[in-house]
Amino acid sequence: MTAYVIRRLLLFVPMAIGIVVVTFCLLLLIPGDPAAVLLGQEATPEAIATLRRTLGLDQPAYIQLFIYFGNILQGDLGQSIFQNAPVSEIILGRIGATLELAIVALTMSAAIGITLGVIAAMRPGGIVDASAMLLAQLGISMPVYWLALLLMLAFAVMLGWLPAIGRGEPLVSAFGMALAGNPAPLLDSLSHIALPAASLAVNSAAIISRLVRASMLEVLNEDFVRTARAKGVRRRQVIWNHALRNALLPVISVIGLRFGALLGGAILTETIFAWPGLGQLTIAAISQRDLPLIQGIVLTFAMIFATVTLIVDLLYAVVDPRIRLK
Amino acid sequence: MADTQLRARRFRLPKRLRNAALLIGAAISSTIILLAIFAPFLATHDLAAMDMVNRFSGPSFEHLLGTDNFGRDIWSRLIYGARISLTIAIIAVTCSAIIGTIVGLVSGYFGGWIDLLLMRLTDIFLGFPPLLLVLAVVAVLGPGLFNVAASLVVVSWTEYARVVRSTTLSLREQNYVQAARALGASPWRILLREILPNSLGPITVLASLGLGTAIVWESALSFLGFGLPPPAPTWGWSLSYGTRFIRDEPWLSVVSGAAIMITVLGFNLLGDGLRDVLDPRHKTRG
Repeated sequence: MTAYVIRRLLLFVPMAIGIVVVTFCLLLLIPGDPAAVLLGQEATPEAIATLRRTLGLDQPAYIQLFIYFGNILQGDLGQSIFQNAPVSEIILGRIGATLELAIVALTMSAAIGITLGVIAAMRPGGIVDASAMLLAQLGISMPVYWLALLLMLAFAVMLGWLPAIGRGEPLVSAFGMALAGNPAPLLDSLSHIALPAASLAVNSAAIISRLVRASMLEVLNEDFVRTARAKGVRRRQVIWNHALRNALLPVISVIGLRFGALLGGAILTETIFAWPGLGQLTIAAISQRDLPLIQGIVLTFAMIFATVTLIVDLLYAVVDPRIRLK
Repeated sequence: MADTQLRARRFRLPKRLRNAALLIGAAISSTIILLAIFAPFLATHDLAAMDMVNRFSGPSFEHLLGTDNFGRDIWSRLIYGARISLTIAIIAVTCSAIIGTIVGLVSGYFGGWIDLLLMRLTDIFLGFPPLLLVLAVVAVLGPGLFNVAASLVVVSWTEYARVVRSTTLSLREQNYVQAARALGASPWRILLREILPNSLGPITVLASLGLGTAIVWESALSFLGFGLPPPAPTWGWSLSYGTRFIRDEPWLSVVSGAAIMITVLGFNLLGDGLRDVLDPRHKTRG
């Protein structure tokens, strides 16, 4: 196990370096003089010269890259061009909201996806299976932003059950208050997160349900399942206890991979529901072409994603000895 | 990780849906493609023609899908929007498939450090949330048809690379490839004449699914205001513009979104259906 952990951790290093290099290369993609492009048409030549110096554009590219690396290692992601604050500070102020949204959506999609997949696999080819997979096909084809609008239209505008936009107290502190005997903030937070999280979760839930179904069908045909049935264990128990446990192994890593898609999808849901997270910030940064901020966000998202993948791989090895012994 | 991804791709529809999926998918996607090609003949109104008296009118004989906030004909704008979405999607999918296939063939056939290097590179690109990378690339390149397509290529070539690599790995050991090698065929000849033709099945499946994904992302970009700038009648922009009136007139948003979803559904069904036909090696039960 230790050998596997060390090997997996070592793999993280070139990955992280690669992510930083790709992020840095965004600057090189800008056609023409980046400083002039970033500041727009009204910029004075002095302002352009200053920005060129702060971005280090007067140096050759490889030296810029080294400087960029050095700064990142010190936790310095640069200075936002338009918000007059360090990029890391701006990102830290918003990261909580996005993580909260993504984690709630991930939990919802895993719960829905696994249930739907298992139900479909119980009678392959049956009417329940066909309808579940039809539902999954619709879920996969549904654009996040359209679903978000439909949900908002139905539950906020027409029925008026849930708030259309904004965020309540952070869930963690709302939980704290609920434990202290004041459940109002928790209910408020939950009502705010319901629609954004649900619209974000549907796509992943659909993908997970298909995978769970395929994996269940494979496991249900294995010898140990037949043995269990032959011993007289109830079908329901075999499905939920014997088969599901084994079928979920490949699913774990896909659930981890979905986290990346959820972070990306959060950009859309946050914009629609005015959720004050990194996604909303991304749109603002891109509209203004605030490159240091864009790079900072891209780097943050990719690092979160890489860390989640790392954790999932390690978890996987804990659950499945075959992986760590390979 | 690679294993489970492939496994997810190996998903098969329940039997009773299988033929239906292929047929419905082919029907939807060919209809959309035909609508886009013949848009100039099928459009009932000039795209820019405003009719301020008939703003937000519902579907009628005069306006098949009603009118938007300027009284412009939604049907005509949607079929022209299909042109934009499909053009971008086809460019993006073609380029991704070419780049990804070359990477996959080289990586799988030559192995060794080339394989290691190319696959680490693929992993790095897979390490970014796709939509974010698309947005970041468009942000630096600026809007425009080719820039939008290019940004989609940056995130979609990886899938072709991984799949083609794994088929190459298994095909490399086949007798007919060994025979070609023994006869002195050059690696490029083997790759192009022996291995590539046998990888076309999975590539076609990925391309069909990729068209759906590309349309979702292109619409997401124009929804957020980073796609083709107005007055281009992109679906995403119509959807997003419609949200300004969503309280009283949700029709514009709902119908633009439905256009996106039906198109994506068509290509996804086609892809899933094609996989069952073209990929007989991956037989699972159900």
